[in-house]
Amino acid sequence: MTPKPALPHNSPSIDEHLEMHRRMVVTRELERQLGALHKAGVTRGPIHRCDGQEAVGVGATGALEDRDCVTTTHRGHAVYIGKGLAPRRILAEILGRETGYNGGRAGHMLIGSPVHGMMGGNAIVGASIPAATGMALSAQVLGEDRIALATFGDGAAQTGICHESMNIAALWKLPVVFLLEHNEYGLTAHASTQSSVADLYIRAAGHGMPGEQIDGNDVVAVFQAVARAAARARRGDGPSLIEARTYRMEGFSTSDVGGYQSDEDLARWRARDPITLSRAVLVEALGEDRVMDVERAAAETVAAAAEAAQADPPPHFVPHAPSDPRAFATEGR
Amino acid sequence: MAIMRYAEALNAALREAMTADPSVFLFGEDVADYGGVFKVSRGLREAFGDRVRDTPISEQTLAAMAVSASMTGLRPVLEIMYADFMPLTLDALVNQASVYGYVWGDEITLPFVIRTQGGGGLGTGAQHAKSLDSFVAHIPGLKVVAPVTPADAKGLLLAAIQDPHPVIVLEHKRLYNTRAEVPDDQGPVPLGRARVARDGSDVSLIATSRMVVEAEAAADRLAESGISAEVLDLRTLRPLDVEAIVRSVAKTRHAVVINEDWGFCGYAAELSATIMEHAFDDLDAPVERVATRDMPIPFAESLETAVIPDADVITAAALRALA
Ligand SMILES: Cc1ncc(C[n+]2csc(CCOP(=O)(O)OP(=O)(O)O)c2C)c(N)n1
Repeated sequence: MTPKPALPHNSPSIDEHLEMHRRMVVTRELERQLGALHKAGVTRGPIHRCDGQEAVGVGATGALEDRDCVTTTHRGHAVYIGKGLAPRRILAEILGRETGYNGGRAGHMLIGSPVHGMMGGNAIVGASIPAATGMALSAQVLGEDRIALATFGDGAAQTGICHESMNIAALWKLPVVFLLEHNEYGLTAHASTQSSVADLYIRAAGHGMPGEQIDGNDVVAVFQAVARAAARARRGDGPSLIEARTYRMEGFSTSDVGGYQSDEDLARWRARDPITLSRAVLVEALGEDRVMDVERAAAETVAAAAEAAQADPPPHFVPHAPSDPRAFATEGR
Repeated sequence: MAIMRYAEALNAALREAMTADPSVFLFGEDVADYGGVFKVSRGLREAFGDRVRDTPISEQTLAAMAVSASMTGLRPVLEIMYADFMPLTLDALVNQASVYGYVWGDEITLPFVIRTQGGGGLGTGAQHAKSLDSFVAHIPGLKVVAPVTPADAKGLLLAAIQDPHPVIVLEHKRLYNTRAEVPDDQGPVPLGRARVARDGSDVSLIATSRMVVEAEAAADRLAESGISAEVLDLRTLRPLDVEAIVRSVAKTRHAVVINEDWGFCGYAAELSATIMEHAFDDLDAPVERVATRDMPIPFAESLETAVIPDADVITAAALRALA
């Protein structure tokens, strides 16, 4: 038997941690800008903010390579930022501008940037899971050195396609990481009304893959868990399930009238804000000035991005030739 | 007579049906404690307890359970939050519900209802703005209704719940807050009967769901040019009120068929073919078809408005038919 290659280091360096911190702050500022823009009536349709959950998307993508594919949900802003997408073009997309990543066609839930391995938010609950599983299949069959990671919510974890994806991935040892972002709610319904078991990582056992529960508000813990699972996937040992426990601090979306999240829960989780937790560690290691400089710069980046994006032009409509059902109808276009 | 919002009228129908018949059971995502994301089931959990249930996000299973529970005595009303999620229910409809009502004949009935809502124009993006009317209207054994007015919302939902066969109720997200009078004694509206929303003599605008509202606006505009347009609100998409269509076309001799689903193989195509088969000799001009462009619905306003038909598009189609 050939020995397994040594595990890569799975703790972030202090510089990596600082960069993840910056990305969390960028994400938070982005959410705040969106909240303000929504109030000002500048946005269209509901927007799903991830305030309080930034450590999951940012920590997970921090542990991946650029070539790795990530799929996310309707609440994917931290993943977009974590995957290295530019705030300016994200905001432009969310505001329906020509300069957005997808020219205003996608909106905030469907942003994709394949060159970044950002293979889409997805507004069909659960659909991010088989999507990443299929991307892992292509890597395995083509012999490419990349893995896939799906982020999905505790609501999505109850869908049939979640279980079916896990079964197939474990059966074929596909290089995929299932990252369950447990924020206690699926839309307005608490997790306790969605599943008879409170701990969802135990479902991994039923598929013969490792499962663990982690503190989803600790960006380093998320990085470490995903790095372990990613290494396992790269070795060809198959999928893992990580249940990252976190909490949704804002409503389901900007159209949520709220009222169903308790004040105690909100206060308890606010005290465990992922940015506050991360800042404390970094200030200890690097000093307050350095960390605050990074935070200030992050906020400025987003404010400038929001201003620039708002000044961008709306897209001009062009028919989608490949969708046209009539032969020859698109000639000359 | 009370002025009601469309959503309130649906709520009234559910409340009445659940009061009258203890076998009526309501389930779906966020329908119980929250009262539905469009507020249609507000207050029903409080009134009917466990007969109103929140479910996990499991559309495929929920639809299959609605089918089988209805075979065994329950009258389930399942809410599928967006019509865009209806494809997840299709096996239950096309391979289960459609089949058993035929092969087992009179030994079973399938009195379930699926309520869903479609339509675009609010910037909800490609996965939350479609009208997939033809997906369900295509299936033998199903009935499909699409109320436009609050009174019809109540009446058609009552009729749907009482019907011994599967009924799909297609609501529209942009109608929930519209208000109109609903008679205090508004009872079931018979399935399969169209409604003349406006009398006219020059051209028939035959429309479904919220496109009726756009057709009425188009009729206003046409009236300014001295053209009298009749607006026919089909109300039931299947079974189709062929007689009402033929009656209108025989009178006006010009027809525009309008539906918010995609055009190719879409519901409007069925209407056009129906006119060809039953009223060809009455026509003075080819039927004009108005539907959503054959492409995904884009997010940005400048793009979305170019894809979903409105009064302008309908007016232009009517003028082409009359040219
Ligand atoms: C198939 C499908 N069903 C229902 C919905 C409506 N919906 C959107 S988000 C959501 C809740 C999702 O909960 P979860 O997966 O926990 O994600 P979270 O919103 O908490 O991030 C629901 C029911 C949908 N988008 N897709």
